[in-house]
Amino acid sequence: MIRQELKKLVVYGFFLAILLIPMLGFKSPTFEPGRAFKTLGVFMAVLVLNFGVKIFRSRQKVEAERKTPLTERVGEQINRFPRIYTLGGLLAAAAIFPLFADNYMIDVGITCLIYVCLGLGLNIVVGLCGLLDLGYIAFYAVGAYTYSLLNLTYGVSFWAALPIGIVLGMVVGCIIGYPTLKMRGDYLAIVTMGFGEIVRLVLNNWDSLTAGPNGLFGMKRPALYYPSFAEDGFAWAAYYLKSLPALYYLILTIAILTIIAVRRLDHSRVGRAWIAIREDEVAAELSGVPTTWIKLLAYALGAAFASVAGAFFAAKLSYTNPNFFLFMESCIVLCIVVLGGVGSIPGIVVAAFVLIAAPELFRGLENYRMLAFGGIMTTMMIIKPEGLIPASRRRRELHEANEKKPKD
Amino acid sequence: MDLSSFLLQQIINAVFLGSIYALIALGYTMVYGIIELINFAHGELFTAGAFIGVIVLTALQQIGFVDTHFVLTMIIVFGLAMAYVAVLGVALEHVAYKPLRTSSRLSALLSALGMSIFLSNGMMLSQGVSDRAYPQVFGLESIEIMGARITNGQIFIIILAIALMVGLQLFVHRTRLGKAMRATAQNKTMARILGINIDQTIRITFMIGPALGAAAGVMVGLYYGAVRFDMGFIFMIKAFAAAILGGIGSIPGAMVGGLIIGGIEVMWAAFLPSAWKDVTTFTVLIMVLYFRPAGLLGESSTEVRV
Repeated sequence: MIRQELKKLVVYGFFLAILLIPMLGFKSPTFEPGRAFKTLGVFMAVLVLNFGVKIFRSRQKVEAERKTPLTERVGEQINRFPRIYTLGGLLAAAAIFPLFADNYMIDVGITCLIYVCLGLGLNIVVGLCGLLDLGYIAFYAVGAYTYSLLNLTYGVSFWAALPIGIVLGMVVGCIIGYPTLKMRGDYLAIVTMGFGEIVRLVLNNWDSLTAGPNGLFGMKRPALYYPSFAEDGFAWAAYYLKSLPALYYLILTIAILTIIAVRRLDHSRVGRAWIAIREDEVAAELSGVPTTWIKLLAYALGAAFASVAGAFFAAKLSYTNPNFFLFMESCIVLCIVVLGGVGSIPGIVVAAFVLIAAPELFRGLENYRMLAFGGIMTTMMIIKPEGLIPASRRRRELHEANEKKPKD
Repeated sequence: MDLSSFLLQQIINAVFLGSIYALIALGYTMVYGIIELINFAHGELFTAGAFIGVIVLTALQQIGFVDTHFVLTMIIVFGLAMAYVAVLGVALEHVAYKPLRTSSRLSALLSALGMSIFLSNGMMLSQGVSDRAYPQVFGLESIEIMGARITNGQIFIIILAIALMVGLQLFVHRTRLGKAMRATAQNKTMARILGINIDQTIRITFMIGPALGAAAGVMVGLYYGAVRFDMGFIFMIKAFAAAILGGIGSIPGAMVGGLIIGGIEVMWAAFLPSAWKDVTTFTVLIMVLYFRPAGLLGESSTEVRV
């Protein structure tokens, strides 16, 4: 066992040395060995750590088999705790957060919540229905541009633009979804990636409508309306949500509504149909699930959530531009879903906060953010494909072989 | 320049671009043929090849080697880039694909995508975000055929691309390893029963495919004169369209597909607004997948389940 692991360590170390030294050492034609070896050192440290953990685990294997892993025990403890208190506590914490935080922190919080909405929307497509969508950010762009254009051209308010954005998002979702219905997983991934790029390129090139790469600006912020009694009688007055805390509460509300909606969908008849399709499409079809419609519905609903988030994003910045909707953004959202646990709502919420807030808090590491995201994605798939906080259904399905006795 | 020579010029450009797409598409097709998965990191391997090329070439130019030994320089540059990326491909297979060979398709796809993001950002961090200039080694001399110009660089690249493709075809059809590859692609279980080392075959596929991609990367660098860490993305989608169009899993298909995609792109840019040329390529990809997912030369693969 130990010898095997040692051999593995040497082999991996050798591969890493080959891979990393030229890539990192040669910035210019002169070779900088220090730089290369520093990076190699970090990776080797990770490998050695992994090696140590494995040996440690192999010694404790007998006991470990009886014990449930720590994450599960923590999860059980949380589940035993009355849910209403946990949720109430979290909600209260989220509600009073702007009172204690400075503007920068509130801004980070808003970004995190936007990504929560996006992650939950993508969760419908990837997590529940099992369709790998790499162009998800296109729907976000649709929402942002719908609001921007409606507001700039016709002065439509945020609340009126929202349903239009949702409908348009759903339509675009169906347009993208329809040709891909019969496709296999990896074709689907590439086609959605292509669609995502098409949407971005159209926004970039259609100068007369979208102002091209310059972007659109000057949209009104979302407003709250209240009756006012001035001298000339009754009128509706608008209070524009300009301050960051106000916007924070708005996106918090949207995120909570999204969480409720996705949870209800997950436990509904449609949700079960999605999971049936993910598990075995042929079997689902034979059991009477109208797979075509249910898959289209997954695309449309996923798109609708992204569209709402996009409209909010455009309204918050009061600026939008095609470069906000790069392929990398789709990858970030996908990484949130993967890290949190495919199909798991609490997992995605936690992952969004971890992945979005962490790079903001440690500014120096910002450049390494995407590098880490890619690494996380591969590592998660290899060691813990069910995510950090697995959805209970998914965990059972992936670890069926390991489970000695059924839990229920 | 009259219309016929203009057309001829565009055809030359199309053949040139198409042969580069075909080389990249071959990498997809070979990997797909063996493990039935798309190598999402292929575009990044292509970029890595281009970067190794620029590093080696700049170094050689600084010691004045390029001017004295031109052919040797090219052999060294292409050889090193291909060798390095071949090792990178094997490492990629080892890290991201091998542990997931038995798990679900979605997991393998996500793992490959993760590696793609990782590599592309690794290159951004190590090589910088801006363009890296390629040393200009080909002069401006060109040959005129009926009013159309073809530069020495283009001729060299087209000949090299064709040589690589012919070499690959010979390798796959004439050697023992090639036979093992074809057997593995057809039926993995049966191949294993017959004593073919599946792991080794997959490893070799992950060496050859990326190596061809690396050669294409160096060619792109030599021709366009610059490389960037994210150039793999756009080439990846186009080469993928080429692989699909020809029929994924089919090597001649990838060549035909590459030429068609190159042709569409060049003709579009010549006669219609060139800002939309990428949109066209993506649309072609989607149309092909919708109407003829098996491609022009591929066998039907739609009934295989995800």
